[in-house]
Amino acid sequence: MVVRVVTFARLRELLGFEWRAVTLAEGADASDAWAVLSADAPAIQSLRASTRFARNGRMVDADQALSDGDELALLPPVGGG
Amino acid sequence: MSRLRILADPIDPAQVEASVRGAAHGATACFTGIVRELADDGRSVSGLSYEAHAEMAVAEFERIAAEAIQYFGTCEIAVAHRVGNLAVGDVAVAVAVGAVHRSTALDACRYAIDQLKARAPIWKREMYADGSSAWRDNCPPDRQA
Repeated sequence: MVVRVVTFARLRELLGFEWRAVTLAEGADASDAWAVLSADAPAIQSLRASTRFARNGRMVDADQALSDGDELALLPPVGGG
Repeated sequence: MSRLRILADPIDPAQVEASVRGAAHGATACFTGIVRELADDGRSVSGLSYEAHAEMAVAEFERIAAEAIQYFGTCEIAVAHRVGNLAVGDVAVAVAVGAVHRSTALDACRYAIDQLKARAPIWKREMYADGSSAWRDNCPPDRQA
């Protein structure tokens, strides 16, 4: 399956893309997607604990199973206001 | 037009406040967040750059507004938050609440900006006069400016 990964702030800079189509095994979850991305960009590994995930605009746990066509957003600690 | 917005254009706080006025409202309370010239560590700031997951941010504003009404009473809430590059003195965020009485307006306004800073998927890069820059996470609520 293919999910659309969208990134923000320091994660966007370290990964080098705003969004990317990422191919994952059927049944993969957000942490699997993170593993694929961090294999290409080891610099993000230290940010795992502070990163939250959103599936199609809703916050989810890292073990949330993904589906083909999902948007998976990688959200660093926020800084609005 | 929705009163809860992420904007790439300059914010006029007076317009945000006007959007929550009404014949039933005896009070409005407003918060304006402005880019300041010094960072918390004293470094000279040349500007800020904000980015957001706009759809999720507006959805978070909606949840925060619903909570404020639940906690503090009937009111109308407007939120406008900038994205893009801002200079010192530019308005980064405006929150306005209109209500029958001042206590609801003031309490809801305080709640909305505190929760926005803690929860909304918005990110800020601080640019310094020496040419360097850094992403700035928000402090815990008890340390927020």
